[in-house]
Amino acid sequence: MKALRNYLDKIKPHFQEGGKLHAFHSLFDGFETFIFVPDTTSTSGAHIHDSADSKRLMSFVVISLIPALLFGMYNVGYQHYIHAVGELGTFWEMFGYGFLAVLPKIVVSYGVGLGIEFIIAQWKKEEIQEGFLVSGILIPMIVPVDCPLWMLALATGFAVIFAKEIFGGTGMNIFNVALVTRAFLFFAYPTKMSGDSVWVSSESIFGLGKTVDGLTVATPLGIASTGTADQVPAFTMDMVTGLIPGSIAETSVIAILIGAVILLITGIASWKIMFSVFVGGAFMGIVFNQFGPDTAMAHMPWYEHLALGGFCFGAVFMATDPVTSARTETGKYIFGFLIGIMAIVIRVLNPGYPEGMMLAILLMNIFAPLIDYYVVQSNISARVKRAINSNN
Amino acid sequence: MANVIRLRNGLDISLKGKAEEVLFTVENPELYALVPDDFHGVTPKVIVKPEEGVKVGTPLFYDKKNPEVKFVSPVSGVVTAVERGARRKVLNVTVRPSKEQEFIDFGKKDVDKLSKEEVKSIMLETGLFGFVKERPYDVVANPNNTPKAIFVSGFDSNPLAGSFEFKLKGDEKNFQTGLNVLAKLAKTYLTLHVNQSAPALKEARNVVLNYVDGPHPAGNVGVQINHIDPINKGEIVWTVKAEAVIFIGRLFNTGKLDFTRTVAFVGSEVDKPSYCKLILGAQLTKLFKGRVTKDKNLRYISGSVLTGTQISKDGFLGATDSIVSVIPEGDDAHELFGWILPRTDQFSVNRSYFSWLQGNKEYALDARLKGGKRHMIFSNEYDKVLPMNIFPEFLIKAILAGDIDRMEELGVYEIAPEDFALCEFVCSSKVELQKIVRNGLDMLRAEMS
Repeated sequence: MKALRNYLDKIKPHFQEGGKLHAFHSLFDGFETFIFVPDTTSTSGAHIHDSADSKRLMSFVVISLIPALLFGMYNVGYQHYIHAVGELGTFWEMFGYGFLAVLPKIVVSYGVGLGIEFIIAQWKKEEIQEGFLVSGILIPMIVPVDCPLWMLALATGFAVIFAKEIFGGTGMNIFNVALVTRAFLFFAYPTKMSGDSVWVSSESIFGLGKTVDGLTVATPLGIASTGTADQVPAFTMDMVTGLIPGSIAETSVIAILIGAVILLITGIASWKIMFSVFVGGAFMGIVFNQFGPDTAMAHMPWYEHLALGGFCFGAVFMATDPVTSARTETGKYIFGFLIGIMAIVIRVLNPGYPEGMMLAILLMNIFAPLIDYYVVQSNISARVKRAINSNN
Repeated sequence: MANVIRLRNGLDISLKGKAEEVLFTVENPELYALVPDDFHGVTPKVIVKPEEGVKVGTPLFYDKKNPEVKFVSPVSGVVTAVERGARRKVLNVTVRPSKEQEFIDFGKKDVDKLSKEEVKSIMLETGLFGFVKERPYDVVANPNNTPKAIFVSGFDSNPLAGSFEFKLKGDEKNFQTGLNVLAKLAKTYLTLHVNQSAPALKEARNVVLNYVDGPHPAGNVGVQINHIDPINKGEIVWTVKAEAVIFIGRLFNTGKLDFTRTVAFVGSEVDKPSYCKLILGAQLTKLFKGRVTKDKNLRYISGSVLTGTQISKDGFLGATDSIVSVIPEGDDAHELFGWILPRTDQFSVNRSYFSWLQGNKEYALDARLKGGKRHMIFSNEYDKVLPMNIFPEFLIKAILAGDIDRMEELGVYEIAPEDFALCEFVCSSKVELQKIVRNGLDMLRAEMS
């Protein structure tokens, strides 16, 4: 390790101002801080600092996503073998298939996103921000398996530039970057993002699986949204374990729960938001069960609403994005609760989209500053009142 | 026990190098310095020249804006230099002490028989008024202002601060006299920690006693004011450090100034952390010599590790500091893969590290930032360590934006940089909060005057 450090120290001058490789300083800096904790010391204020930095916290978010990602890979293979091949393969065949189907998406998402980040960090003479570590892994997890790579690349580029960098980078963005990517795909290429033909891969990959034409498999939510009022898909354990068609990593409640536990123990995500999203969703689900229109979506039991689609995934990993959610503690309850409500409202009352989580979170991203405004305003009013009282 | 304020938010950082309650003696320093920067908000006008002889109590400089606020020499001897920096800013005035100390005799005073104006003029005359600070803005008080109250915190909750009860030993009477003097000026509040038991504190007279229970920053006077009698727009409060109350008491009891304080010499790189007596402004070369770790880059701090000032190993004891901390600089530490390894020797409030499972383990933290500077990303970090009725994140953003109305609305008049020291410590985006607050307060003060 000493040798590596010495080597880095030796080549470092080339990347600094005036060095011949200065054009790659952000790349060098990113690499150096990836290997070694930065040794810059404090020059003002507190002399000691907590060891938690954004690299550490973002890395733990990525770790919390891994169970859902691995399960997602397995499920991609499982769905393909069940629907396209017609029989189950071995565990490694199915996982291998899913791995090969998902890996290119991860590579493309990170490649495009980090590439843009590097260029912009270079241009702004800043360090590379870790925010995209999380967005980059989220993006392939929330798209259907059949989403073409070029679309993914285009959408990722769009989201990183227009949802994040033009606002000033990680910490300044209004919308969740991964969700903007998904929304871009959803509205630009609806045929590749919804319908019955995108959820299960129909191609053979490196000899694994089988190519079939015109394969259509509907998600349970898709069935409920197009079916008649009595066609509510029955609640099954598969909806909890995640062996159902859907976006790559959103299906397994259990895998997402493991991630949620990691996030809550480390305190990186807010339990207030997670909890209130579920409360809001359950509340609205029950309301529709009682008073809703006579459709399958409205008749779907509230717990099934919470288990299906992107609800869990959104509640745990998307709504809790610290930058785009409410930043006041009271605000977090309101923010989460409204996401839960909106997600179910969109599912039930909107005939166009069977899924409402993405739009609900993006919508509440807009309202998060407003919620905070009112919470902060109450503190301001209290202070004004206090001043009036003390002057009398 | 009446009036106990229980604080839940905050953090006691368990650091290596706590002071043992024994006194050691340090050789007499060769030089003393009075640093105008220790008295924030003052524009110094130096009135002595090099080679001039001074006594204890001879003014060295005064404030251009309030010429009656003087700052006096802590020792007698000969002025050696007036050091100036960029734009002729006065950095310090140094005095070489004489063997025999000569004092200006201001005469013993019976506080009870003095009027408010007399007390104030004695404090101005003797340079003690410079130790009175004022909020809003956390600057040296303006004697022409009328404060609604004076606040004294009876303990320092900063990491490794040491015990004020120990520092108080032998000065109990002076402390009470000091409180009597302050009580003449305005209603005076003394706030103690519930665990403090010294009779001189618990039975203090002429003051309103309050008790606080909770972790740091419970000892910060700003936090105490926020809970006891918060500052509204247009109101002024004065704050005096407990050590300065002793200075005031000594003057009125003996007629002489005595700026000796008991200093906690602490930190993971101090061989035997304990207490010593030093006069403010003392050069610390002899204190450090032979008492700190060798063969390591060290950071010397006059003050606590959260709020103190970095000094060189030939630096001076700050005028308002009664802690000297020595920690590793850490610029030669190269930790691998910090973003994922457990790093059990590092402290964090975040539970992606294991310090939450390590009980009362004492940490030897160095001066690294341990991360890159980012925009504020994670929320609720500051709120957890700031037990004040304030939204810290929003206030900081208002300061950064220079939005004066918003700063006022969010309570900028109630805060001082030190209140944000813990926020700065925990901030995962490594934002320089104390600097931001200081600049914000200075900007506001300039706009308002």
